[in-house]
Amino acid sequence: MAAQKVKLLGFWVSPFAYRVIWALKLKGIDYEYIEEGIFNKSPLLLQLNPIHKKVPVLIHGDRVICESYVIVQYIDETWPHCPLLPQHPYERAMARFWADFAETKLLDTAWLGLCARGAEREKAAKLAMEAVEKIEEVVKGKKLFGGESIGYLDICLGWISYWLPVWEEVGSMQIIDPIKFPATSSWMNTLLHHPVIGDNLPARDAMIEYFQKRSKDI
Amino acid sequence: MASSSVADQEGQVMLLGFWFSPFVKRVEWALKFKGIEYDYVEEDLTNKSTLLLTSNPIHKKVPVLIHNGNPIAESLVIIEYIDETWKQNPILSQDPYERAMARFWANFIEQKVTEPAREALFSKGEQQEKKVKELKEGMEVVEGEAKAKLNDKTLFFGGGNGVGYVDIVLGWTCNWMETIEEVGGFKVLDPESQPQFHKWMANFREVPFIKPTLEPKEKLVEFFRMIRQDRLGLVANK
Repeated sequence: MAAQKVKLLGFWVSPFAYRVIWALKLKGIDYEYIEEGIFNKSPLLLQLNPIHKKVPVLIHGDRVICESYVIVQYIDETWPHCPLLPQHPYERAMARFWADFAETKLLDTAWLGLCARGAEREKAAKLAMEAVEKIEEVVKGKKLFGGESIGYLDICLGWISYWLPVWEEVGSMQIIDPIKFPATSSWMNTLLHHPVIGDNLPARDAMIEYFQKRSKDI
Repeated sequence: MASSSVADQEGQVMLLGFWFSPFVKRVEWALKFKGIEYDYVEEDLTNKSTLLLTSNPIHKKVPVLIHNGNPIAESLVIIEYIDETWKQNPILSQDPYERAMARFWANFIEQKVTEPAREALFSKGEQQEKKVKELKEGMEVVEGEAKAKLNDKTLFFGGGNGVGYVDIVLGWTCNWMETIEEVGGFKVLDPESQPQFHKWMANFREVPFIKPTLEPKEKLVEFFRMIRQDRLGLVANK
């Protein structure tokens, strides 16, 4: 099964698609990338992900998998070399818990902050900062969440190192203060310097332009 | 797949919960399905114990599973932990693709059924109408999946006659949905447009380890009515 062809439907600026790209590249899995037009969804996307109509979508042979964290776990279980999730069930549970926490308490609030204005934006940024306070405690004393090498939680939270600074700039908000959050800032830096992550990121200027337009439209 | 030693399975298992919580019930179903002995601690919603607050400082919510002194929170995270630590009666398939499908559907249920139902219960007027509409749409998709996967030989999403992860995640609907409808003052259950889903609910209720755990409707209605009034009263006074 592992030898079957792999395709990834993505969108160039989607942090969710990049989770899957990083997982595939970390494991050295060959794949064909298909760029989706987010506002002009292809018949292929609508057919493969009729439920959510979103990217990323992984196609492996005749199997179709949606939802980034479902895909990353599928990749980890189908190609077990270079494991992304920890071995011990308790540590796996912690990785899943914190991935869920970061998604609901940081990603959603930071995005809200970007799209909101005035008091709403301030409120969202404050909530996002409170979430980073918790994450700071988890990453303290660690090089990466995965220890010495990139793991599941690094992949799930990786957007913080690159997308969040862009959203902060576009939204004129500060969520990651390097003085308040030294461990998180250090982790962000480590991640960006990792060849698999650093070499697989969208162009920053194009991202700024894209999110400026998106935040106005919303 | 991670393996775990027999020694990992040893040690006290404690579950902190509320009798009325569908999320707690899920974890109990997972534990009972595997025949795992555990100590149940009933928490007080208005007076959370030190144990709860120190075990789940992030969310301060139940369920919390404490195993070998290690706390785990969030019902879906707990269920996967249980499945990976105790290998008997698997909840998730061993096959990575089957696991991916089960996780996808669990996530869908949480986002498009559980969340809108909870929000509909604790809202009114236009906001509630919006949530009820979302819930109905979610149920339509679930009915579609039930129609595709279930038949006279395959009673549950877990496959064959055995319940699995998706059944456990969706299971709260078999008991709490009617309560939410009554307390919230709306209707989403419809045996005519949801025949497969209603068949699944009826079968799930009868599963021997599930049946005795289901709280009487009157008791749930009385309790959730009080919570809803409390929540909406607070909102009105702000």
